[in-house]
Amino acid sequence: MKVEASSRAAFWEGVRMIAPMLPGIFPFGLTAGVAAVDAGLAPAHGIGASILIYAGASQLVVMQLIGDGALPMIMVLTAYVVNLRFAMYSAGLAPHFSHLPRRWQWPLAYMITDQAYTLTVLRAEQHPSRTDAVPFYLGAAGVMWLVWQIATAIGAFVGALVPSSWSLGFAVPLIFMGMLVLAVNDKPTMVAAVVGGAVALLGHALPMNLGLFLGAVAGIAAGVLAEWRLGRGKA
Amino acid sequence: MSAWQIWAMLALIGAGTFALRLSFIHWFSGREVPARLRQVLRYVPAAVLPALVLPAIVYGGDAPGFHLDNPRLLAGAVAALIAFTTRNLLGTLVAGMVLLWLLQAWA
Repeated sequence: MKVEASSRAAFWEGVRMIAPMLPGIFPFGLTAGVAAVDAGLAPAHGIGASILIYAGASQLVVMQLIGDGALPMIMVLTAYVVNLRFAMYSAGLAPHFSHLPRRWQWPLAYMITDQAYTLTVLRAEQHPSRTDAVPFYLGAAGVMWLVWQIATAIGAFVGALVPSSWSLGFAVPLIFMGMLVLAVNDKPTMVAAVVGGAVALLGHALPMNLGLFLGAVAGIAAGVLAEWRLGRGKA
Repeated sequence: MSAWQIWAMLALIGAGTFALRLSFIHWFSGREVPARLRQVLRYVPAAVLPALVLPAIVYGGDAPGFHLDNPRLLAGAVAALIAFTTRNLLGTLVAGMVLLWLLQAWA
């Protein structure tokens, strides 16, 4: 693939666009590394999770479930539910990536994140005529990947040195709380959140962390039902 | 779980997550996400996040349950307030942790 000057410019534009998000991503990555050690894993597992899974929220979920002693099957299923949104991102990016050979599609798909997806799709909507979405995405997603790996690695090694009385594991629900605020933006999502939280709370004593799974399923169902009842987009 | 079981689980989650990322780019290229699926996906973050947060705050610490000796309740409530008023992830994280440390030191 010949790298033209315009592609190089688009690559650096992607780097510049992701830069303001990095101060938020770094502590998130640190926490993901710390959470692995906090759950009783070796630092190598925390780093391995970042490379193999590379999806912050699901990594934190898995670490929390390991700490709780959940069934491995429940961990895998819950991680898949948390990562379902990537199918939607895949569909959003497909028009830009589908023409590429497989050896490009695979690494590009592996690097999909909420941030890289959002930046790339927004840019494509604002400039429909541009054909340099791939180098732009590569710049944004590549920097994001690098920063995430460095942050989790530091977290995994530093976490091993921190005494448990510091309760660093508490950072996990706090980060999820900060993300929840962004996910709740209308009545049906509010209903999904209240039902999901309430069912999980009521089911907290169920074995193998089933409460979390039931809460998630009940919350999603309640959100869809509320949307249907409120006639949103159906009127 | 043994070390190799953890590796196997991480690999399984990684493979599934990669498949989700690759799905429409590679296998269903050119196809739209079905409307019904998109409707369900919209509620995943809103439903999953509180299901993770609430039990971890109420039953996660050394003093689990709904009572005043559980420092996570107050720290979590203040953090929630900050999260909803500022919508700032880092601010929520720092405020919640500092408050938890203060309450633990005080107890």
